[in-house]
Amino acid sequence: MNRVYQIVRKEWAEVFKNRLVLFTVAFLPLIAAALPLGILYLGRSSADFAADVGKDIPQGFSVLCNNLTGEECVQYFVISQFILLFMILPLAIPITIASYSIIGEKTRRTLEPLLATPITTAELLIGKGAAAVIPGVIATWLAYLVLVIGAAWMGVGMDSLLNPFWSIAVFVVGPLLALTGVSVAVIISSRATDPRTAEQTSMLVTLPILLVFFAQVAGLILIDAQIVILIALVLMAVDVALLTVAVQLFQRENILTRWK
Amino acid sequence: MIRIEGLTKQFNGITAVENLELEIRPGEVFGFLGPNGAGKTTTLRMLSALINPTSGTAWVAGYRLGEDDQALRRNVGILTEAPGLYDRLSAERNLSFFAHLYGIDDVDGRVERYLKLLGLWERRSEPVGTFSRGMRQKLAIARAMLHEPSVLFLDEPTTGLDPEAARLIREFIEGLSGEGRTIILNTHNLDEADRLCDRIGVLNTRLLALDTPTALRREVFGRKVVFHLANLRPQFEATVAKFPFVEAVESKDAKLLVTLDDPEAHNPTLVSALVNAGAQVRFVGEIRRSLEDVYLHLVSNGGTEPERGNET
Repeated sequence: MNRVYQIVRKEWAEVFKNRLVLFTVAFLPLIAAALPLGILYLGRSSADFAADVGKDIPQGFSVLCNNLTGEECVQYFVISQFILLFMILPLAIPITIASYSIIGEKTRRTLEPLLATPITTAELLIGKGAAAVIPGVIATWLAYLVLVIGAAWMGVGMDSLLNPFWSIAVFVVGPLLALTGVSVAVIISSRATDPRTAEQTSMLVTLPILLVFFAQVAGLILIDAQIVILIALVLMAVDVALLTVAVQLFQRENILTRWK
Repeated sequence: MIRIEGLTKQFNGITAVENLELEIRPGEVFGFLGPNGAGKTTTLRMLSALINPTSGTAWVAGYRLGEDDQALRRNVGILTEAPGLYDRLSAERNLSFFAHLYGIDDVDGRVERYLKLLGLWERRSEPVGTFSRGMRQKLAIARAMLHEPSVLFLDEPTTGLDPEAARLIREFIEGLSGEGRTIILNTHNLDEADRLCDRIGVLNTRLLALDTPTALRREVFGRKVVFHLANLRPQFEATVAKFPFVEAVESKDAKLLVTLDDPEAHNPTLVSALVNAGAQVRFVGEIRRSLEDVYLHLVSNGGTEPERGNET
C-alpha cells in the first residue's frame, strides 16, 4: 500500500503544478455549483422568472412534485436540470489528470525507471487511477456541498437536494463515472503521444451524458431516480469492460517497446 | 553474479538479440559495444526484468529471470538511456520518491548521502527541469544507486554530455567499480569502454567477440612490432620469418613490420638476429590498435585497413 500512496503523492505533487489541470479541477466544480445557485437566486428575486420557468416544467415532472408547493416544484425542477453537470464533473476531472499523468510519463520517458523498481503493475495502475479519481470525486462532492449549503441559505427545501435521486447521482454514479474516465484515459493514452490529444479524445466519453442533458432540457426525457439507477447499472458493466481492456493494454512490455 | 544462457528476444518476428551466452563475474565492469539496433538496450532490459526474453534465461544477482522479478529488480539498479526524471519535482523529491518505492528505511539519510556524493546537495530543492544535462545524468545515476544494488546497468551513461560532465561520470563509475559492484555498461564510446571495462562483448544481435580490451586487440589484429632500420634489405624478412613465434613479416619504407604474440619476450631475439644479419636497428616500436579498430573490424566483418593504428 505504501507504494500506491507514494505514486498518488508523486502524481499530485506533479500534476497539480500544471495550470490546465488545476484550472479544470478548480473551475469546473465552481461552475457546477454556481450555475444552479445563480438561477435559484434569480427565481427568488424575480417572480416573472419563476413563473416563466414554471410554465416550462414538463407534464411528467409535475408528478414528482405531488407534495410540494408551486414555488418548491419550480426550485426542484431547476436543481434537477443540473444533476447531469454533477455527472460530467467526476468524468472530466479524472480524464484531464490521467491524460497528463500517463502521457506525461510517456513523453518524459520516466516510465522505464519507474517500471525498473519493485512496483507491481497493479500498484502502479491503482496509484495512478486513485490519483486521478480521488480529486474528481472530492471536487464533485465539494461542489455538491456548496450547492446544498447555498440552496439552504436561499431557503430551498432540502428535500429537493438530499433525496435518493441526488444521492445516487453524486455518491454512486459519480465515482463510477470517474472510473470510466480513468479507464478511457488509460486506453487512449496507450495510443496517443500528446496529453492534449489524449484528453480531447477521452472527453468524447462525456458525449452520452451531454446528450441526456440536452434531451432533458428539450423535454424529450425526464431524469428521475430510476434513470439514474439505470445509468449506474450500465456504468458498472461498462467500467468492468473498460478496466479489463485498460489493464490488457497497460502491459510492461507494451509500454516500453510499443508506446510511440 | 550474472549468468546468461541462450538469451533471445524477438519483436514481431524480428530478432533483436540472438542466443546470448555469457557469464559476468562479481565486481567486474563489463561493457557491451555495438552499433545502434545491435540489441544492447534490449539485453539490459531483459536482464533488469523489464521485458521478457523470447527464449533462454539468465540469473542476475542470484535471481532467475521470470521467477521472482520483483526481488530481482530490488537488487539491480538501472540508468536508462534517457534520464527519465520528473522535471516539475525537486532533485530531493525525485530521489525520495524512488527511495520509497525501493522500500529504503532511512529515506532522508540515503537521499542526502547520494545528493552529496554526486555534488547536487546545494541544489536539492530546485526543480529538475532547471538542471543541465550533466546534472540530470548525475541525478539519474544517484537514483540507480539509491538502493545500493549489487548489479548496476548503465545504458550509455555519457552520451550527449560535454567532455567535463562525461569525465565526472566516468570517474564516478571508476569509483563504483572499486566498491566491488558488478557493472554492465552499454556504450558507443570506445575510449570509455577501453578505460572502464574489464571485459568487452561486441554485440550485433549475436555476440561477435568477448574478451578484455587488450586481448581483443591481440585476437583481431595480433601485436605488430616495427623495426626501424637504417639499411632495409630484402633478406632481413627471411632472417626474422624463420623464428616460429613470428606470425607475419612485411617490409615497408625503412621499416620491418613483424606480427608477434609476445613482443616483450621475443624482441631481444629478433633485434639480435637482425644485427647479426647486418641490419642497423635505429629503434623498435609497436603499432597499438585502438578498440575502435577492433570494433569496426568486427562489426564490418573485417573491413578495417590493417595499416591503421598508432605506433608507440
